[in-house]
Amino acid sequence: MALTGLFLILFLVVHCYVNAQIFWNDGGKQFNEAAHFMGTNVVIRITEIGLFAFLILHIVQGLMLWAKNRSRRSVKYAVTPGNKVSPWYSRSMALLGTLILLFLIVHLSQFWAPNRFSQTTGNGELDLYARMKETFSMPWVVVVYLLGCFALAWHLVHGFYSAFQTMGLAKHRYKKMIKGIGIAFAIIVPIIFALMPISFSLGCLN
Amino acid sequence: MEHNTMNLTLKVWRQKNNKAKGGFETFNVKNISSEMSFLEMFDVLNEQLVAENKEPVAFDHDCREGICGACSMYINGRAHGPWHHNTTCQLHMREYKDGDTIVVEPWRADSFPVIKDLVVDRSAFDRIIQAGGYISVNTGNAVDANSLPIDKQKADESFAAATCIGCGACVAACPNTSAMLFVSAKVSHLALLPQGEPERQLRAVKMVEQMDTEGFGSCTNIGACEAECPKGISLENIARLNREYISAIMDGDSTGA
Ligand code: HEM
Ligand code: SF4
Ligand code: FES
Repeated sequence: MALTGLFLILFLVVHCYVNAQIFWNDGGKQFNEAAHFMGTNVVIRITEIGLFAFLILHIVQGLMLWAKNRSRRSVKYAVTPGNKVSPWYSRSMALLGTLILLFLIVHLSQFWAPNRFSQTTGNGELDLYARMKETFSMPWVVVVYLLGCFALAWHLVHGFYSAFQTMGLAKHRYKKMIKGIGIAFAIIVPIIFALMPISFSLGCLN
Repeated sequence: MEHNTMNLTLKVWRQKNNKAKGGFETFNVKNISSEMSFLEMFDVLNEQLVAENKEPVAFDHDCREGICGACSMYINGRAHGPWHHNTTCQLHMREYKDGDTIVVEPWRADSFPVIKDLVVDRSAFDRIIQAGGYISVNTGNAVDANSLPIDKQKADESFAAATCIGCGACVAACPNTSAMLFVSAKVSHLALLPQGEPERQLRAVKMVEQMDTEGFGSCTNIGACEAECPKGISLENIARLNREYISAIMDGDSTGA
């Protein structure tokens, strides 16, 4: 879980950096260049296969872990402590992950799948910037993306720290720092992603 | 502190044996002193039940001074009740007010099956200890205690881990019924000392294997264990156990793993 989770975090960094190119507000020139590189470079193409493998592994392991852990207390407590002894998001990783998965299905079917389809059927790459503009003009899409970013943020607040703890790296000396960086990451990256549909729908990008 | 008495309603889990289906039974207790411990309040209840010719409530207890770990009770959703770093026997009735209702359940985890009422079978912990919680010592005269130099910080951390009383509150509080805090305390307290060195890697692997065999859930770093542990065993011990385990597995051959 920790290794696949950290790999997915690395992916988020790259994805966020590439997509943030839209904020140059140059009609998508820089962004489409970056997207072209990502869509055609051999190394990136091969890494994408790994990314999907890791994503699926992460999801399968996560859901199996959740099912196993749930099954180990056949008689449930009548009274539970709520958030008194642990934060809600740390107990809701499978739920948050499933929300991310639902978002991913919508998201991949809007950008990744049509673009790869067009590429493999000999029609070349799509103008992804134009596609973003069009997609984010629909208010329901903006809402779905904001929900996706929200779920991602809480998944990362726990997941970032948790991965380091699982690998035995959250020593006393570093624990505060790891938690701090995790929270910062969990706020900054989803906000940058969220700003994309928001900027388009408010007409800040042309 | 002001002394007062109170009348309380108790909803207590009753279960004849491991096979029977349990359920809550409601009792009223009167004139409970604010200076009684929670277990003394249960003694009053049981005396009342015996006088009425009814079966008293079975619960575990031994030292009644917070050091043995026997007194497992899950009180209003909290392992050992609401006080921080505290056992049930050291919870005092001044916490409660006249008219309060208190729900008392046993530790709930499939690896800790109920024996009767509030008593659960925690022998899974004993088997984990047997699997690796020992050290090699030479026979003959005891060596001088000061002949082995030990880093002060390591000695302190080892001692802190050694304060674990094996009560099982960590498992009871964990949404996953994971025993990682307990196992990490037992592995840490020996791994930090030179005396624990010979079996260091084998110990981590064997104790984790036994923990899995006993059917405890897997740790997802939620931290409810640390929050509810009466001895303040830190999650840092779990990070250490993970390090010990990973390095033992990487080394492979010396552990037979
Ligand atoms: C971009 C997407 C994602 C990222 C960056 C991510 C990241 C992480 C990280 C870093 C962890 C902590 C690993 C550890 O504790 O060792 C984690 C745990 C987990 N993730 Fe994800 N994840 C993502 C998507 C998903 C999806 C789609 C699902 C499931 C449907 C999911 C389900 C889980 C579960 C169940 C856990 C385990 C809970 C835990 O360890 O506390 N994740 N994730
Ligand atoms: S780690 Fe704490 S809660 Fe768990 S058995 Fe030891 S003393 Fe009890
Ligand atoms: S009875 Fe020994 S710790 Fe409570």
